[in-house]
Amino acid sequence: MTQKNIVEIKNLSFGYGNFMLHKDISMVFPRGKVTAIMGGSGCGKTTILRLIGGQIKPKAGQVKVDGRIVHNQDRQGIYELRKKMGMLFQHGALFTDLSVFDNVAFPMREHTKLPESMIRDLVLMKLNAVGLRGAHKLMATELSGGMARRVALARAIALDPDIIMYDEPFAGLDPISMAVICDLIRTLNDALGATSIIVTHDVEEAFSFADYIYFVADGKVAAEGTPKELSKSKLPFVHQFVHGEKDGPVPFHYNAPSYKKDIYESV
Amino acid sequence: MDKTTLDIWVGLFVAIGIAALMGLAMKVGNLTSNTLGETYMITANYENIGGLKPRAPVKSSGVVVGRIDNIKFDTKSYQAVVTLKIDKRYPFPKDTFANIYTSGLLGEQYISLEAGGDDHFLKEGDRISKTQDAVVLEKLISQFLYNKASEDPKK
Amino acid sequence: MNPIFKILSNLGNQVTSRIWRLGSATRLFLLTLIYSGESFRRIHLTIREIYFTGVMSLIIVVVSAFFVGMVLGLQGYYTLQKYGSSESIGVLVALALLRELGPVVTALLFAGRAGTAITAEIGLMKATEQLSAMEMMAVSPIARIIGPRFWAGVISMPILASIFSMVGVMGGYLVAVPMIGSDHGAFWSQMNDNVDFRFDVVNGFIKSVVFGVACTIIALYEGYDAPPTAEGVSRATTRTVVTSSLTVLGLDFILTSFMIAH
Repeated sequence: MTQKNIVEIKNLSFGYGNFMLHKDISMVFPRGKVTAIMGGSGCGKTTILRLIGGQIKPKAGQVKVDGRIVHNQDRQGIYELRKKMGMLFQHGALFTDLSVFDNVAFPMREHTKLPESMIRDLVLMKLNAVGLRGAHKLMATELSGGMARRVALARAIALDPDIIMYDEPFAGLDPISMAVICDLIRTLNDALGATSIIVTHDVEEAFSFADYIYFVADGKVAAEGTPKELSKSKLPFVHQFVHGEKDGPVPFHYNAPSYKKDIYESV
Repeated sequence: MDKTTLDIWVGLFVAIGIAALMGLAMKVGNLTSNTLGETYMITANYENIGGLKPRAPVKSSGVVVGRIDNIKFDTKSYQAVVTLKIDKRYPFPKDTFANIYTSGLLGEQYISLEAGGDDHFLKEGDRISKTQDAVVLEKLISQFLYNKASEDPKK
Repeated sequence: MNPIFKILSNLGNQVTSRIWRLGSATRLFLLTLIYSGESFRRIHLTIREIYFTGVMSLIIVVVSAFFVGMVLGLQGYYTLQKYGSSESIGVLVALALLRELGPVVTALLFAGRAGTAITAEIGLMKATEQLSAMEMMAVSPIARIIGPRFWAGVISMPILASIFSMVGVMGGYLVAVPMIGSDHGAFWSQMNDNVDFRFDVVNGFIKSVVFGVACTIIALYEGYDAPPTAEGVSRATTRTVVTSSLTVLGLDFILTSFMIAH
């Protein structure tokens, strides 16, 4: 049964100890679309990806991937779901003891019984898609940040996943690399017929390729909509974020007693 | 470090390790002296075996000719039955003495075989009839005291 | 009243956290055993790790063994001489090495060299999200990363300990016979007479296997559990050495008393 929404998050609550990171949050990710999750640092965006991937279990609510509830799956079930996902980690997370080629070949060698000759063709094809076919002999440790991330992307799409997840793909990249990744996200999504979920706080980039955006703040969805709708939004939080304002609903000053009191205390 | 070089080094490592273990077992330990080649088993009965243990040496004229295989207790004759494993190269006549001695003053105990003059030799499963028990210190002391006591009235 | 309360609660905290870690480490140990199939089906992974834990530790083991053996020979000779037993120097060197120094010193060296390397490597893999990435690719990091390293450690330790004992004996020989002038024949024959294969060689071997399991699982656990920061990893490597050393010495006593009783 093909679901309209390949990933669904319903009334999710998650936290550590007494602190609740997500409070009764709900999101849907339709098939074939590129959806971005945005918000300030530490609001739990990356944690959502981990919940989708089944690395952590929610305290309440459910996360459904392809109609199946993730945290109800047994080991085998979770691994089946993960084979349909490809994840790009923040700094690439390439295996440092392997070469570029071996890194991209890793999922193929682990999960398929394809002969080496075929794997070679597939790896070079994936590397070509990200523009790094010529670098296949390099060791993972010899790559620059941007290149490493592109190789990690090639590895994430190695098995033609249905869901591609990106954890802060633009963090710390130069403008050229950023443009490259931007382009790749959209192109790969459409070429593979996949669904992409991007966690980021880069407004300009996200607005340029996303079909739908969720803003997360205080453990809830503060706002959602298409980039067009959000850029016109009058909501103070969205406005502050989109226009990069120093002070607003997210205050500049960390919680502190009155300045006067603090200064005069030491006297 | 490609695959084949790695494999060679690891193979070498394991080989050296096994060699070291073998070396320790043979040169340092006493593994080789345990292998006596072809052997035959004979038994000997004793009233008291003292501190004799299995795997203790069986010597003749000081040379190790075999080992104690096991020691059992016979409930019919209330004696200890010791099974000796002797190297086939050393046949012993039927009237051999099998005595339990101690190496040194306080060392481990062993069986010493002193050959007699019989023409017939011991075969597999035969029993040595001429045995001498181990010297038990308490018996020696009580014997000494007894002799001492029987001397006194004469004085 | 308050500072005493604080100290007590601190102490209680330490004890509970240690017990928690022990439980956590045991869980990892059991999981590693369960997923060991991969380490043997893809034997090349394990062979690679044997290279990095075993072969790379060879130099330190051989050099240390040599010096330890020589010192044993030297110290032993002059002490035995006072009791007129200088010919037993071979026995002293061999027994000291086979029963205790071989397994224990090798384990301590192993923990320091290979153990810390394992902890740092796994800790770093955790910090750079490589373990997470592997999990997300539906590959169990325990089967693929931890398993081979565990078996490599368990295989390497007895090999290193045997090499240690052998080289140590040769070091002792070198000092006793050519240098001091003890009798060559007496050295080896006394040793042969007094070293029992089952009691000394095999027991020493068993000890080294047990130490191998302990040191390797401690190193793996500390790496796997380390906080994913630079400071976290460095503290974890220190903990590996300390915990391994204490565990080895503790286990040595337990094993020795068990072996002597039998």
